[in-house]
Amino acid sequence: MSIVRRLGLTFGLPIILLAAWWFASANSTDFFFPPLSEILTALKDEWFGPRLLADVVPSVLRLLAGYAVAVVVAVTLGVVIGTSRTVRATLEPVLEFFRAIPPPVLVPIFLLLFGIGDGMKIIVIAFGCMWPILLNTVEGVRAVDSVLSDTARTYRITGTARLRTLVLPAASPQIYAGLRQGLSVAIILMVISELFAASNGLGFAVVQAQRSFAIAETWAGMLMLGLLGFLLAMLFKLVENRQLAWYHGLRRAQRSS
Amino acid sequence: MLDVRGIKKVYEGKGRTVEAVRDLTFTVDQGEMVCIVGPSGSGKTTLLKIMSGLLDPTAGEVLIEGKKVDGPPPGMAVVFQEYGRSLFPWMTVRENVELPLKQKKLPNARRKELVDESLSAVGLAEAHTAYPWQLSGGMQQRVAIARAVAYEPQVLLMDEPFAAVDAQTRADLEDLIRDIWHRFQVTTLFVTHDIDEAVYLGQRVLILSSSPTVVRQDLAIDLPDERDQLNTRSSPRFAELRAQVYSQIHRPKADAAEPVGAGATAVDGGASGYGAAPDLP
Repeated sequence: MSIVRRLGLTFGLPIILLAAWWFASANSTDFFFPPLSEILTALKDEWFGPRLLADVVPSVLRLLAGYAVAVVVAVTLGVVIGTSRTVRATLEPVLEFFRAIPPPVLVPIFLLLFGIGDGMKIIVIAFGCMWPILLNTVEGVRAVDSVLSDTARTYRITGTARLRTLVLPAASPQIYAGLRQGLSVAIILMVISELFAASNGLGFAVVQAQRSFAIAETWAGMLMLGLLGFLLAMLFKLVENRQLAWYHGLRRAQRSS
Repeated sequence: MLDVRGIKKVYEGKGRTVEAVRDLTFTVDQGEMVCIVGPSGSGKTTLLKIMSGLLDPTAGEVLIEGKKVDGPPPGMAVVFQEYGRSLFPWMTVRENVELPLKQKKLPNARRKELVDESLSAVGLAEAHTAYPWQLSGGMQQRVAIARAVAYEPQVLLMDEPFAAVDAQTRADLEDLIRDIWHRFQVTTLFVTHDIDEAVYLGQRVLILSSSPTVVRQDLAIDLPDERDQLNTRSSPRFAELRAQVYSQIHRPKADAAEPVGAGATAVDGGASGYGAAPDLP
């Protein structure tokens, strides 16, 4: 596929949609649907202006902190649960219960428990996005190929070496699937955790703008969140493509044979 | 060297027990090349897993140089049938071969030496940086063999390693195994269901019955040591030996009550090797 064609396919639809929005809203006098030009101005002046440092950066830092905590806890726990049948049988009902709780309802409780600071928001994000990571890790660890496992055993590869060279790489395609789901949950929870008792952040600023009838700015905040999510997803894909290059190659080889 | 004594394996299922292996006793001497041949479902893989310490027998024991096997022993390498599933797909060919050596804590220089030597011994000196899935099936199995050889095992076990490759590749790999066995003088146990392959490769062939498994016959292969696909396989002696193995495997079930049949010729190894083993409690 030529580069022109690829660029066309990648950017064609977004450009068409933006153009449609631009022209459809160009002469809008409706208070709630300001012209796109105004929204983009707000995006530039506010979100890429003072709000970038005041709101966007704190949000992203909390997001990354919560996500990092979730990754460490969920992968560690996932390996333990996936490895031991007894642990799995013991923990499974409890985990299913916690998983079933929609994380947003935890905000009021966590507020009481952990106060209104960054800690509470990080915990909410971590708690919510660890489930897909945990469950996928468990499945990935359980599904380690029996022949590979026997091979490792006959070469007496045990303990941490087994974990590093066999279990984690073998489970990594599943773990990455969980990490990807977890990331989108984390973004949602980042916003939600800022809707209550916050003094900065993207979610806080969008609600603030809406309450003060800064309509263009509210729309711009939504665009900003979209852009942020898009950027994070791209970064994620970059890392994943590097780490799972072997897996994609293996799959291609299996398909063509 | 390798001493298998009265191995029995019974699988306990739901309300049903399956006796996979009834009673297996044989020995393999230092540096020998022994093939184990038996019909499909004759518990060959079960036996191999017990010998490699991956599976506990219901009764009996396996000794390597007088030491009882409980769990994978240090001086043993296994080549599995499923080459596609026994190489680590996230590692290059070189990393795959080197991994067990790292685990053995060999110094860097020695590791490099062993990896280079074993990969060139299997004819893959050029493929170090490839990933296993970029190679053909036969080449993947060569990598698995190189990994086993680089490990410098006392005993090399092979579980139908060529069952899943095409005929031409198979012939090449058989010659490779003979070559490697000559070169590295490693005690080799080669499990197969292919009678021709067993006769072509082995110094001895252990013929197993169908399940529940016993040793039908321990047959010495008195073919010349220098073997090649064309002449060896077309020699009259090869045909005779082949016929003998064939008739043992296809002997009617009724005879199976008497494991080592009276008609068996060239019985060898078993009893004498047994006596030579050191006394154990």
